[in-house]
Amino acid sequence: MAGPGAVDLTTTYLGLRLSSPIVASASPVTREVDGSKALADAGVGAIVLPSLFEEEIVAEEVGLAFALEAGSEHFAEALDYFPDTPTFSTAADRYLELLEQTKKAVDVPVIASLNASSIGGWSRYAKLLADAGADALELNVYRVPTDPELNAAQVEQIDLALVSSVCAGVSLPVAVKLSPYYSSMASFAARVLAAGAAGLVLFNRFYQPDLDLDTMDVVPRVELSRSWELRLPMRWIAILRPQLGAGPSLAATSGIHTGTDVVKALAVGADVAMMTSAILRSGPAHVIAVESELRRWLSDREYISVSELRGSVSQATSDDAGAFERANYLKTLHSWTTVDLNPVPGLD
Amino acid sequence: MARKEVENSTSLGVSVDVRQWVCVDGNEAAARVAYALSEVIAIYPITPASPMGEFADDWATAGKQNLWGQVPDVIEMQSEAGAAGTLHGALQKGALATTFTASQGLLLMVPNMFKIAGELTPAVVHVAARTLATHALSIFGDHSDVMHARSTGWAMLAANSVQEAHDFALVAHAATLKTRVPFLHFFDGFRTSHELAKIAPLAAEDMAALIDLDALVEFRLRGMNPDAPDVRGTAQNPDVYFQGREASNPYYSAVPGIVQATMDALAERTGRSYSLVEYHGAPDAERVIVMMGSGVGAAREAVDNLVQAGERVGLLTVRLYRPFPAQQLVSALPPSVRSIAVLDRTKEPGAIGEPLYLDVRAALDEAMDDPEPAFGQSPRVIGGRYGLSSKEFTPAMAKAVLDELSAERPKRHFTVGIFDDVTSLSLAWDRDFRPPRAAGEVQAVFFGLGSDGTVGANKNSVKIIVDETGAFVQGYFVYDSKKSGAMTVSHLRFGPQPINSTYLVNDADFVACHHFDLLNRVDVLDLAKDGATFLLNSTYGPEKIWDQLPGDVRRQLQDKHINFWVIDGDRIAHEAQLGNRINTVMQTCFFALSEVMASDRAIAQIKAAVTKAYGKRGHTIVERNFAAIDGALANLARVEIPSVRAEAGPIGTPIPGSAPDFVRRVTSVIMAGKGDLLPVSALPADGRFPSATTRFEKRGIAAEIPLWDPDICIDCGKCASVCPHATIRMKVFAPEALAGAPGGFLSKPFRSKDLTGHLLTIQVDPDDCTGCGVCVDVCPAKSKTEVKHKSINMEPAPLHRDREREHWDFFESIPELDRSLLPHDSVKGAQVLQPLFEFSGACSGCGETPYLKLASQLFGDRMLVANATGCSSIYGGNLPTTPWSQNAEGRGPAWGNSLFEDNAEFGLGIRLGLEAQQRRARLLLLSLAASVGADLAASVLEADETGQDEEEAIFAQRARVAELDEQLRQLAAGSDGAVASLARQLIPLTGALVRKSVWIIGGDGWAYDIGFGGLDHVLSSGRNVNILVLDTEVYSNTGGQASKATQRGAMAKFAAAGKESAKKDLGAVARAYGNVYVAQISMGANDLQATKALLEAEAYPGTSLVIAYSTCIAHGIDMSKSMSHQKDAVQSGYWPLYRFHPSDAAAGHPFKLDSKTPTVSLADFTATEARYATLARTHPEQAARLATLAQADVTERWRYYEQLAAMQRTVPGAGADAEPEVGSDAGYRYDEEVK
Repeated sequence: MAGPGAVDLTTTYLGLRLSSPIVASASPVTREVDGSKALADAGVGAIVLPSLFEEEIVAEEVGLAFALEAGSEHFAEALDYFPDTPTFSTAADRYLELLEQTKKAVDVPVIASLNASSIGGWSRYAKLLADAGADALELNVYRVPTDPELNAAQVEQIDLALVSSVCAGVSLPVAVKLSPYYSSMASFAARVLAAGAAGLVLFNRFYQPDLDLDTMDVVPRVELSRSWELRLPMRWIAILRPQLGAGPSLAATSGIHTGTDVVKALAVGADVAMMTSAILRSGPAHVIAVESELRRWLSDREYISVSELRGSVSQATSDDAGAFERANYLKTLHSWTTVDLNPVPGLD
Repeated sequence: MARKEVENSTSLGVSVDVRQWVCVDGNEAAARVAYALSEVIAIYPITPASPMGEFADDWATAGKQNLWGQVPDVIEMQSEAGAAGTLHGALQKGALATTFTASQGLLLMVPNMFKIAGELTPAVVHVAARTLATHALSIFGDHSDVMHARSTGWAMLAANSVQEAHDFALVAHAATLKTRVPFLHFFDGFRTSHELAKIAPLAAEDMAALIDLDALVEFRLRGMNPDAPDVRGTAQNPDVYFQGREASNPYYSAVPGIVQATMDALAERTGRSYSLVEYHGAPDAERVIVMMGSGVGAAREAVDNLVQAGERVGLLTVRLYRPFPAQQLVSALPPSVRSIAVLDRTKEPGAIGEPLYLDVRAALDEAMDDPEPAFGQSPRVIGGRYGLSSKEFTPAMAKAVLDELSAERPKRHFTVGIFDDVTSLSLAWDRDFRPPRAAGEVQAVFFGLGSDGTVGANKNSVKIIVDETGAFVQGYFVYDSKKSGAMTVSHLRFGPQPINSTYLVNDADFVACHHFDLLNRVDVLDLAKDGATFLLNSTYGPEKIWDQLPGDVRRQLQDKHINFWVIDGDRIAHEAQLGNRINTVMQTCFFALSEVMASDRAIAQIKAAVTKAYGKRGHTIVERNFAAIDGALANLARVEIPSVRAEAGPIGTPIPGSAPDFVRRVTSVIMAGKGDLLPVSALPADGRFPSATTRFEKRGIAAEIPLWDPDICIDCGKCASVCPHATIRMKVFAPEALAGAPGGFLSKPFRSKDLTGHLLTIQVDPDDCTGCGVCVDVCPAKSKTEVKHKSINMEPAPLHRDREREHWDFFESIPELDRSLLPHDSVKGAQVLQPLFEFSGACSGCGETPYLKLASQLFGDRMLVANATGCSSIYGGNLPTTPWSQNAEGRGPAWGNSLFEDNAEFGLGIRLGLEAQQRRARLLLLSLAASVGADLAASVLEADETGQDEEEAIFAQRARVAELDEQLRQLAAGSDGAVASLARQLIPLTGALVRKSVWIIGGDGWAYDIGFGGLDHVLSSGRNVNILVLDTEVYSNTGGQASKATQRGAMAKFAAAGKESAKKDLGAVARAYGNVYVAQISMGANDLQATKALLEAEAYPGTSLVIAYSTCIAHGIDMSKSMSHQKDAVQSGYWPLYRFHPSDAAAGHPFKLDSKTPTVSLADFTATEARYATLARTHPEQAARLATLAQADVTERWRYYEQLAAMQRTVPGAGADAEPEVGSDAGYRYDEEVK
């Protein structure tokens, strides 16, 4: 039996050769260069920077412009209230700076992440990130479609147009991070790739707002993920991998906490497994433990590389093709009950 | 010098321009040279000189080098006195040093100026000459400040234009090194300091060529040096001082020659030729004006016009005023001169004449005494005053002066520019006399609101025109006396010839009104010439606009044959997501209509300017402005003017007939913008004005006003409490008071355990509200079914104004609640009291004014206020109307402003004066006891100040005093002469027998910096004064310069890279005395604590200091969330709340920490304010370093305060008992207090 160190963990994601399938997803840790460095030292295969939010850029620019100009040229004694600012670093500048610094600090690929709300915004910043040395882009399609006049097809069209415009504007590979809420995920996933994306990141976890009952205010509330949340991306990667073939990259995100979580993600067909919550909980060094567990699992079972494992339990390759579809629901239900409930044909 | 070919393709007809021109104002023109030629620059803000210091500070922060490759050390001092001292020291070490100042600031430098000159030290002070505060403060320009400095021994050089301010700065710096005499270089405040003009800048080589390096080396060698030590500043005795003083004479004798030589050297390099005195006019002139300063521009136009008409007149400009170039002056006058009028821009009451007049007269007399007299016959010399406080000085006025010289018996002393119906000194002038303007000159005037960006856009237009057409330009901007809803008027001139018209545009080719409502307030077309173009921003399109115009505007449009255009700039700006910033829309329309240059080139330049201004901060604002610019032209529409004669309809809001006589006669005229027309007799000779006048200035500036929903209201009073303008009020009344209420007038049952059966109404004054929204932000009462609906909600003003106006009028007619019915130590209890500070012109959302209003509610009917110069003295006392008010009995705060630096002492003096009156009144009353009745006298005397510790006791004393007054009136009219005399003496003093409350109020610039020495002394005095510091953590009034109250890491002017040092703990200084009541408060965080602190401070019979956190527009925050920021500041520990009560009983805890342990990080709070957030974007590493230190400041202070809170009182007498007996029978006894 080969020792755990001998297992080949390399994988390919968005055309990039990664030393490990464990990728640090966007989080406050990757907002600091030191955090990214610690993650790289701990063995991640790539680093995804936190999203550059177009809304944040706009809000900052507008907010500061109004705040710095307020009261100017009103009154003879105070024609303005702030010193001149010859140089100014905008949210985009700071992001580019972070990207450049991170690139300098680590020797793993650095993936910039974008979260924009307009076609113009997406394209402009995608190009800036490419120019600043990003190895790839992750496009975060964060949308809560609240307009009752927009039907599902129109929503999809809008998102596809955004993907096209970004992919056309940069030569870098672009991964698109999707929410799980598309009506026809398999179809939409294929169309996103057709629009120019090199891969998919599944799935975006939306932060759901909460209520503060003392003030009756709507407040943001962030909950870190748990391992069970991996199951949703796992299922869809299992379904999509055989449909999409080996070409497009697939990343599993949400609920990757342990080495065995990584194993599961790879097994269903992911090229990489992205971690956020576990790193936030346990720190960058947690990656070492995860990798060690992954290696042990692989070596215990005499896998020599992750490529052997990748996609071995997808919908096409598992021994129960229906398991990732609806019947799976029953099986799951079965596993939760103490009653021995055999699948009943016709019970939907 | 770099040269640039500028192609000419403009209608302005400028020929090819080969110089590299720049467009700057007088301050920048002077500062550029001063910076280049200095190593140490000591600064302190004062209007209108502050921008010079700001430029220097900005340049130093950006690492700009001086002529010798160094970055000057720019240091902000605590006062102008401090700046002068620092200047003196730097000079004595042999470093090139300068400073900038004006007005009272220059006066504070005078002691050092005598020293610097006495020691023959080369130095330059650049002065934007400003009016001195006398019967009133004025920020505007005249020579009263520099004339005060004329005996200091400094040479004085007067620049008359922006170009001269630039050139003479160099002449001054160069000449001072050669002469060793220090130079005061001055130019007129605002007229020159703030005028934007095209000038030819001096190149570094020009400056280097004029600086004498040998003189510089000698200056260095004279510097204090332990390697070659000497002693300076000795004390001399009668035997030698006099001779020593005379020893400097040769240096002064040499100055005129050296200055002229320096000017000649400048001319050689630049082609701009200057003389110490310069004659302009007919070579055979018989009548000549002599003057200096910017007014020569207007006088020159008059002279040129009259000479052209064949009149023998001339103008002599004096440029070097000290040492006075008598010989050059006499030589420059044409021998034909028969009469001379000397114009002084200053007033020296009681003098035989003003300084320049006396100097000229003496020079001529001496010249006539020469063996060969300069003139065959002594010219007649008369002297006049003009232009005080930037009063307009026009060619017509200059002509009036020349006309007066033709009179058989001209007025020997006169004034021009005003109508003096008291001493009949003024000359009449022909308002229609307007010399024809230069061919091709265009005049434009723009009426805008401060908030819409009009002035910024016009400054930008001026620069575009210079850059693109090479035209000569002039931009002069007139601002409002209000800080909210402020109107601005931009006066622009462009032309192919240099523009020297140093007066406002009065014959405009183009008039723009950027806000429709201004048409109802101001006669905007008054300045339009026949056939002018008028551009109006209006939501009414070309078809509907005519019906919306005031009648008189329609008539002017018809009578003056005006080309009338409209644009809906608000809609375009709104669609471009620019809020109310219509500036680029209107700027685009101006270029399209004025034909100053091709529209497409103008638009490209506007876009370039937008990119330059905003591009460094990202794309968003740039793109939005581009959208607005692109949308402008398509929406510009011409209005057909109907031929049917329009009916008259007056502009302006009439003053109600019920207003006091003074308001109707005088205030209303100033409000209408016609104050220039008021005669001398209309103005109070001693500067005393009636209070309570803001209520007559209804401006209606709010776009949205708050409306009350009584169904949700919880009677908390917070909305009224935080209203910066006292426009939302709370009244509690008996139900009968509703009789006659207009329909829809709202009320609800008042919830109170102390007062039942009453109703409550919360009502907004729709015409005085500024629409800031702070009341809505703090309202805690939300609808149960729709939480966004509060008990106070902003609604569009146009939809509700008429009804709310009617409701407000009724609300005002409801009698105020008897003050004794509710306790005042709650927010609600205080807010039902009538504010006696209302409708100030403070910024919308101002964080200072709620404290003043609260104090006025609690103590206003017996308050004496000493107010330091600053924001609070400006919104508190700037004409035309003032906010300190009166109650129905005519009682209210008596308010006075002395200066910036002396306010604590001024207030202490008021207190001492009050106590002196009390003592005298008590003595007189004792003497009159038998006459007024022994019981009455005893009861009045018994109730001393400490006895009047509750309002009820005060009211009872007031009743007794009223009875006493009645008695005294009878006695004064009685037959017993001795008694009548005593009664007459006592009558003006009886008011002092009712408890009064002395408040010393000012901002942090005063308390922490310039006035700190005096404040510290007053704190140590133990006297019963209440000091309220409105701490905005910057010099707010002069534009946000750092003070010692500025927190570490904040970006401010003079701290562009973030303030390095921590904020001074002023409270700690006061607490250290042990017997001072000290509170730190923040209304937005804890309004109850703020209320209690003010009550405790006032009740405390010793010295009290209340430091109030005051949100400010200079913090870079959304002012509608002003109070939320105050709350966040406290929650982060940035602004801890406490009260230190020295009179707490032995073993008590004098220090009470009133805020909770910080729950949010400092970074979370500071991220929401541009003063911190910007630093993180301009100097990220610096910001991070300072943020860490600032968090440590907060943490350490909190720990210290926690320990302080545990401290037990061990010295029972540590409170006011420690104060000395001061001879006041109102003296406070600690042992009585603790019983």
